[in-house]
Amino acid sequence: MERTTIDLWVGLFVVMGLGALLVLALKVGNLGGVNISESYAVTADFSNIGGLKVRAPVKSAGVVVGRVAEIKYDAENHEARVTLKLDRKYPFSKDTSASIMTSGLLGEQYIALESGGDSVVLKEGDKIKITQSAVVLENLIGQFLYNKAADSGEKK
Amino acid sequence: MPSRIVKAVRRVGARVVDGVWRFGVASRFLFLTLAYSATSFRRFHLIIKEIFSTGVLSLIIILVSGLFVGMVLGMQGYDTLQRYGASESLGVMVALSLVRELGPVVAALLFASRAGSAITAEIGLMKATEQLSAMEMMAVNPIARVVAPRFWAGVISMPLLAAMFSAMGVFGGYLVGVKLIGVDEGSFWSQMQNAVDFQQDIVNGVIKSFVFGVAVTAIALFEGYDAPPTAEGVSGATTRTVVTSSLAILALDFVLTAFMFRGEV
Repeated sequence: MERTTIDLWVGLFVVMGLGALLVLALKVGNLGGVNISESYAVTADFSNIGGLKVRAPVKSAGVVVGRVAEIKYDAENHEARVTLKLDRKYPFSKDTSASIMTSGLLGEQYIALESGGDSVVLKEGDKIKITQSAVVLENLIGQFLYNKAADSGEKK
Repeated sequence: MPSRIVKAVRRVGARVVDGVWRFGVASRFLFLTLAYSATSFRRFHLIIKEIFSTGVLSLIIILVSGLFVGMVLGMQGYDTLQRYGASESLGVMVALSLVRELGPVVAALLFASRAGSAITAEIGLMKATEQLSAMEMMAVNPIARVVAPRFWAGVISMPLLAAMFSAMGVFGGYLVGVKLIGVDEGSFWSQMQNAVDFQQDIVNGVIKSFVFGVAVTAIALFEGYDAPPTAEGVSGATTRTVVTSSLAILALDFVLTAFMFRGEV
């Protein structure tokens, strides 16, 4: 085969490979999605984070406004301290509440923020005080059974 | 009876020593290849010619396999997920399986069978027909002229082939999941984009395929260069390339996965 033909095929091959990488990055991965270039970090303590992972989305009204940056265990309070990186474009009031939710039945866990009415907004290093932990299915079932047993005891 | 045991232990010992010795020779060979790489990059057309043999000629098998693997993942994934009412998560399952594991690993196994065996057979035959000795006689270094360009061609081709395999697989999963079965298109793509992380999943997949490219090409080149210069020797070396490369890919995959996705799985 001629050298120019080989060069053409190899050029096409490299372009196809790079194109595939671009498709993976933009269409499959989240590179084309939220790009949190300028962000501010806030922390929130939860008594149970369930299966929350680093880089899980932080959503407000269903829109991704940040990502979970770090998860640590606070040995003093025996709680999980989660650091959230929020996009600087989205200010949240000081009395914002954070809850750990699950998307769908088998979906990933994320943090949902609900802004309050305070005029002072969260700044770098602030702490979200109102938090709601992840729902633990075993606790729910336990509570349900306990209530059921209490109801039947009262009827007797 | 005791003498038999002694003989068996001796045989095991000899095999271990032989294995360690071969590993040393192979490492020295890889070091020499890297040392002569600068010469190859000065004559880049040699690398381009080899990218054509290893990459472009492996394209069809990689694309077709990627499509079918993605289609099977779409079908099997839907069958499992719909039992839990989570069929919308099909995109996540297909993409993560392909980008993290199947893309780099299956593409590398196919690359070892298609391009690795061809490299070994080619270099083994060059040795059997004394072309390598003739080069040395003419003061041409066979490692710089024959081995290094093939090495870099393999290293460059492998990540590109793995990326094409994964992209084709995602397309196959989309065809079966969305077009054939009827999973919601919006959920398929949006859940996939939410769950697949560029840095953690895609970049790590590319790093994996790069490591597999180095391993497969180095094994193929060494087996060819070290092959006994007979028809039987070359055929044995070709078989050894496929077997050793496949085992190396799977072992390296375990080690890399343990490092990259520790705490994630």
